[in-house]
Amino acid sequence: MRILTLAGRRLAASIPTLVLILIGVFVLLQFAPGDTVDALMAQMGGGDATTAKQLRQYYGLDVSAWAQLGNYLWRLVRLDLGFSAIYGKPVATVIAERLPATILLMTASLSLAFVFGLIFGVVAARGVNRWPDTLISTLGLVFYAMPTFWFGLMAIVVFSIYLQWLPAGGFEDITVGLTGWRRTLDIASHLVLPTLTLGLFYMAIYLRIMRGSMLEVLTLDFVRTARAKGMDETRVVVRHVLRNALLPMVTLIGLQAGTMLGGSVVVESVFSLPGLGRLAYESVIQRDLNTLLGIVFVSALLVILVNFIVDLLYARLDPRITTGG
Amino acid sequence: MSFLKLYFRSPPAIIGLVLLILVLAMAATADWFYPRDPLALAGRPLIWPFSNPRFLLGTDNSGRDIAAQIFHGARISLLIGLVATVISVFIGITIGALAGYYGEWVDTALMRVTEAFQTLPNFILLLVLVAVFGSTITTVTVAIGIVSWPASARLTRAEFLSLRNREFVQAGRTLGLRDAKLIFGEILPNALPPVIVYASVVMAIAILLESALAFLKLSDPNVASWGNLIGAGRDVLRVQWYVSAIPGVAILVTVLAVSLVGQGLNDALNPRLKGR
Repeated sequence: MRILTLAGRRLAASIPTLVLILIGVFVLLQFAPGDTVDALMAQMGGGDATTAKQLRQYYGLDVSAWAQLGNYLWRLVRLDLGFSAIYGKPVATVIAERLPATILLMTASLSLAFVFGLIFGVVAARGVNRWPDTLISTLGLVFYAMPTFWFGLMAIVVFSIYLQWLPAGGFEDITVGLTGWRRTLDIASHLVLPTLTLGLFYMAIYLRIMRGSMLEVLTLDFVRTARAKGMDETRVVVRHVLRNALLPMVTLIGLQAGTMLGGSVVVESVFSLPGLGRLAYESVIQRDLNTLLGIVFVSALLVILVNFIVDLLYARLDPRITTGG
Repeated sequence: MSFLKLYFRSPPAIIGLVLLILVLAMAATADWFYPRDPLALAGRPLIWPFSNPRFLLGTDNSGRDIAAQIFHGARISLLIGLVATVISVFIGITIGALAGYYGEWVDTALMRVTEAFQTLPNFILLLVLVAVFGSTITTVTVAIGIVSWPASARLTRAEFLSLRNREFVQAGRTLGLRDAKLIFGEILPNALPPVIVYASVVMAIAILLESALAFLKLSDPNVASWGNLIGAGRDVLRVQWYVSAIPGVAILVTVLAVSLVGQGLNDALNPRLKGR
């Protein structure tokens, strides 16, 4: 129960941050050349000034910027993200359509990064400065230095074009109309390459952190005690070291949630996945500022949510957090 | 002297330095080897690498020399990386120093702003900035600097928090030094080393961010950027995959070099942490 109160307090503290972000980005967008109506008129092939004026009135763009901001925040309280003139749908609907692909991609990549980062980190730390460590650390460095989109393109060349094992893009095969399990398998096969592309970069970070944190914990007194009791090495690592060494890894999830969401913009563009990141890119190209603001809001919300979950996990791993206060 | 000795003791640091010198040499000799505009039409499009001695690395889909773009691209990447890093570290140090030195409400307010920047995915903020201010090389560089300062701000703040009540600062205060003099003249030099080492991470990220932006065709199209070339090569990926592959290797080598040198500096400056 205490865990929930603590994490809840952190959650409440993030509301001012969220408001700050929205105001900041809203003010920023006021500097953008042309508003939604300009973009809309350009799409319609031009129009006269009266139509533009009517449209501005319709979208509430005829009042001062501060009044617009007030209106926007008030609508947000009622969970109304406004209307996307470009897509002809409420922004909330547009985003809701794109959210599943991004969440799926992020969850898969994060799991891949976390699990393999952990395994490789442990293996590297146990063989420190011998060949497994050197090999893993070198690979980690290379994955870290590799631009993700480039890795994605090269993966397409190898696995989709040359070997023809996996599809090169898209979320699912819409021409066949699969249902049930077969559809799940189809989506999974479409997500293998994007997940690898996004996940390997973060795996490189996780393995480095895990290796460092393992090495640190292994020198602590309680490990020596456990060994002195005659416990075998595997048991020492699994039961005593791992739990303590995991803490920095869990912290990293919260810190990296934002960058990972940013990374999905590029990965979704490479693999033409209909996700939130690609939507952000499209709305920049089409100057759909209302949608862009909605994406900013939702992605900040996602990051806050991930951090909330991380707080809960953290308290579970380290009981001192809840008892010590 | 001992610093150099410490640095050259680690093989990865030496490899990093060699790679960095290689990239710097490419940037320095670009005008000498390829005096023509790297974005100008040079020959038949899509010549494979090593098949024509005039175009060692072949040509891209619009007949531009890939080798020339790689050499000139080294300049752009290093320039954007360096300037964006300076901007980012400068903002980070200023905000972190003020927050750490004054504490209380200044700290709370500045940390709220830092938190806001960390909560908003940096690439999405970058997209917004580019959408608003356009994508010339100057705005892109400044935008990358603006989205990547929070980590250095936190690092500086932590250093300031641990230093601000030390004897030498109290002595300075007793002598009647002004705040500005205390912050920038006394505390900052002591807080700087970890931030400078961290700058290599910022630079690596800056180079990657620019290449990603260029790949999405949102960076300056009028400069020979490696990311631009990868984006162009995407259209002919099916057969002429080398157009995308070659500039990617260049980015990989550059980012690797910067990270390895940063790691080497870190190990040499903090010998305690050796082997981690």
